[in-house]
Parts: sequence; C-alpha cells; structure tokens
Amino acid sequence: MITFKGVHKWFKDLHVLNDINIHVNQGEVLVVCGPSGSGKSTLIRTINKLEPINQGTLIVDGMDLSDSKVDINKLRAEIGFVFQQFNLYPHLSVMRNITLAPIKIRKMSKRDAESQAMTLLERVGLVEKRNAYPTQLSGGQQQRVAIARALAMKPRIMLFDEPTSALDPEMIGEVLLVMKDLAQSGMTMIVVTHEMGFASEVSDRVVFMDDGRILEEAAPDEFFKNPKHERAQQFLKEVLSPMH
Amino acid sequence: MFKYQFDWSIVLSGKYFEWLLSGLYTTIQLSIVSIIFSFLLGLLIAVMRMSNIRPVRWFAHGYLEFFRNTPLLVQIFFWYFGSYKILPAVINDWLNRTNFEFGAAVIALTIYTSAFIAEDIRSGVRSIPREQLEAARSSGFSYVRSMQYIILPQAVRITIPPLINQFLNLTKNSSLAMTIGVMELTYQARQVESYTFKGFEAFTAATLIYVVISLVITVMVTYYDKIVLSPMKAR
Repeated sequence: MITFKGVHKWFKDLHVLNDINIHVNQGEVLVVCGPSGSGKSTLIRTINKLEPINQGTLIVDGMDLSDSKVDINKLRAEIGFVFQQFNLYPHLSVMRNITLAPIKIRKMSKRDAESQAMTLLERVGLVEKRNAYPTQLSGGQQQRVAIARALAMKPRIMLFDEPTSALDPEMIGEVLLVMKDLAQSGMTMIVVTHEMGFASEVSDRVVFMDDGRILEEAAPDEFFKNPKHERAQQFLKEVLSPMH
Repeated sequence: MFKYQFDWSIVLSGKYFEWLLSGLYTTIQLSIVSIIFSFLLGLLIAVMRMSNIRPVRWFAHGYLEFFRNTPLLVQIFFWYFGSYKILPAVINDWLNRTNFEFGAAVIALTIYTSAFIAEDIRSGVRSIPREQLEAARSSGFSYVRSMQYIILPQAVRITIPPLINQFLNLTKNSSLAMTIGVMELTYQARQVESYTFKGFEAFTAATLIYVVISLVITVMVTYYDKIVLSPMKAR
C-alpha cells in the first residue's frame, strides 16, 4: 500500500529524512515514534505530499509520488489526514465540516452526505453535536469530528500526526478509542504518537526514528520488551517512566 | 447688510425635491452596482496576488500599485474621455446608445475600489492559520477550491470592518461621477443650487442623505456580520 525506498529530504542544510525504507501492507497499523525533531511528522506528511521528497521513491496506493503526472488532489482524496491541532473549519458547523469534501469532491448529494455524516458521528459518539461549531467543542470532541471528517471521504489510508498531543489528559482516551475501533475495522493506518499503550495494544509494527533515520522497526511486543538500539531504550525509559 | 432667507420648503417638496430624489436613486444604483463588482474583482485580484504563478502575481501587484496610486478623478476622466479611443467601434456604438456616463463611472469606481478591497482581503487571508489550507488541501481540494470554500469565507468575515470602510468610501466617491455628467445626488444638488440660489439648503439636504446612506450600509453589514459571524466567534 505504501512503500518508501531510499527516501531523503532536506530542509536547507537539515537532513530531516535520511534513507527511509518502509513498506506498509493493506490493513496494517504502523506506529511511528521517536523524540521530537526526529522527522516523524515530516515522514507522515510526505505520504500525501504535504511535504515533497528530494530523493528516492515513494509509492502510495500504486502511484509514484515523484511522477509529475500523478493527480495529487485525487490521491489526497483517498488519504485521510488527522492533524495534531484538529484544523476543523471554524466557519462551518460540525455537519458541514464533514459533508463539504464528499459533496464538492465526491459529488455526493447533500442528503447522502448528511446521512453518511450521521453514521460517522454515531461512530465517534457526537450525533448531538452535529449543529455545533468547532469552537463550541472540547479538544477531544474536535479531534473526533476531525476523524469523522477524514472518514467521510472513504479513504483507503488514514494518517494520524500526533492526534492526541494537543489534548488534555482526560480527553486522550476517547480519541484513542475511536482510533482503535478504526484499526480493528481493517483500515490501513500510520500513526505518529507517543501513546505507547496504543502502540502496544493496536499496532502491527512500531518504527522508531531519531535524527531523520529509522533506527528500529519491530513488532510492538518485541520493541517494548527488548529494544535493541540504545536511543530506543533511552526513549522508552523517558516515555514510560511516569507510569513506573 | 445682505440677509439670507432660508427656505427649506424647496428641498422638501415639489420639482427640486424630485430632482434630489432622482439623484439619490442614481447614487444608490451607481454605488450598489460598483460595490458588487468591486468586491468580486477585489476577491479575484487578492487570489491572483497570492498565486504561486509568478506572472499572475506580478500582474496583480502592478494592478494594485497602478490603481491605488492614481487619483480617482483622473481614472474617471480616462474611462470617459480616453477609453473609446482604444475600444473597437462596435463597443463604442453600444456604449453610446446605452448610458455611457453611468458605465464609465461604474468601471472607474469598480477598478479603483477593487484595488483597496484586494489588499484588505489579502491581509484577512494572511491572518487565517496556514493549517487551514493544509487541511483543505489534504482533503483533496485544489488551491483555488480551498480558497473558495475554506480560506476566503473566513478571510472575508474577518475583513468586514475594513470592507465597510471601502464601501462607504465608494459611495462618497461616487459623487465625482458628476464631473462626467452622471446625474447623481451631488449633480442634482448643484442643479438645484443653480436654479434657486439656495445652495445652503440643497447641499445640506445632500449631506444628510449621504449620512443616511452611510449609516444604512454600516447597519446592514454589521447585522450580516452578527448573524453570520457569531457562531464562528462563539466560545
């Protein structure tokens, strides 16, 4: 579904992605973790070309992103993206946030788009907020609407860029629950997160990044019990220590 | 000593009252048509000014500098006296058969005001977080569609106070159209003065009418702002 082959990216002199090689199969859930500034957000943003790559090959859903003939808008419509800061459209109601792209891009009728939106709102537990505006919702509610908005396009891949990092602790659980439900439904997902509980419980594989490189790639059990790389051991100790 | 006799009745009824009324009607027509066109053109220029395509951006920039930095009166004269020399005969014939003065005034007011509106909208767009554009683009919206559905609707709401200002300026500037013979409010007040020598009454009436028009525009736009904007600002 997604293949990185020798991908490099630079921000001026900064080598943010250094020889990235990953393959993600359909239905797989991949968690990307690592200290801040390790390049994990950049990595996930290259998949829908929010960040272009400088070198290497990146194939997403059978399309080569370096091919200038690829219709990027068409590709992006197949990829749901959930941001750290939710980025809901503040001038539109929850309902309009969810139905805008299906109506304008997928050419769905308003009625179909709204009934689909109701199903999605039910799934994320926010039916009663359908007429509210984003600023009237809590962070956790906004993020659940953002997930529903992404799902409304019936994406083949879902990307999550630190979806719980901007949330108050008591709201993280409700968002993770929606994501877990999504993973179990067979969605192909790449999740950048520090939520190690989610990684160990839900993911198929964990990738650990530091300084733009992938230092470790393993099944979650193996990664948490027996991290090989020294930086990974140190990172896990820092992330997990509050619990111990 | 000369004693001026006030006579308010001449501007409150009869022939001269009707002149002022027809002037008011023309002023309103001229302003509404120009407001609509200048707003649309301003949006277009603002989007072009922010385009990734260099020649488009340069054109918009040149347009802004050119029309903001020349006097409106000169622009009105240009469109009225100058433009027919560069336009094809067919268009000139058509313009002459219709109301050419009015058309030239609309063109001049629209182009002049659109330059200011474009700059106001552009600063409104710049105040929208860039993540909004990323969110729209990652849903599969093109740049232009993202602007249309997500960025501009937010930017225009933020831009409403400066837009009111531009609309008021346009309405007041429409009085310059009298110089090319558009029979709007100021023109008619001048006529009343020439016929009656009651300049004080005529221009007091015109002044009051301009104040009322301006207040109506302000109230209308503010009302729209309250109704449409309040949910977005609510917290």
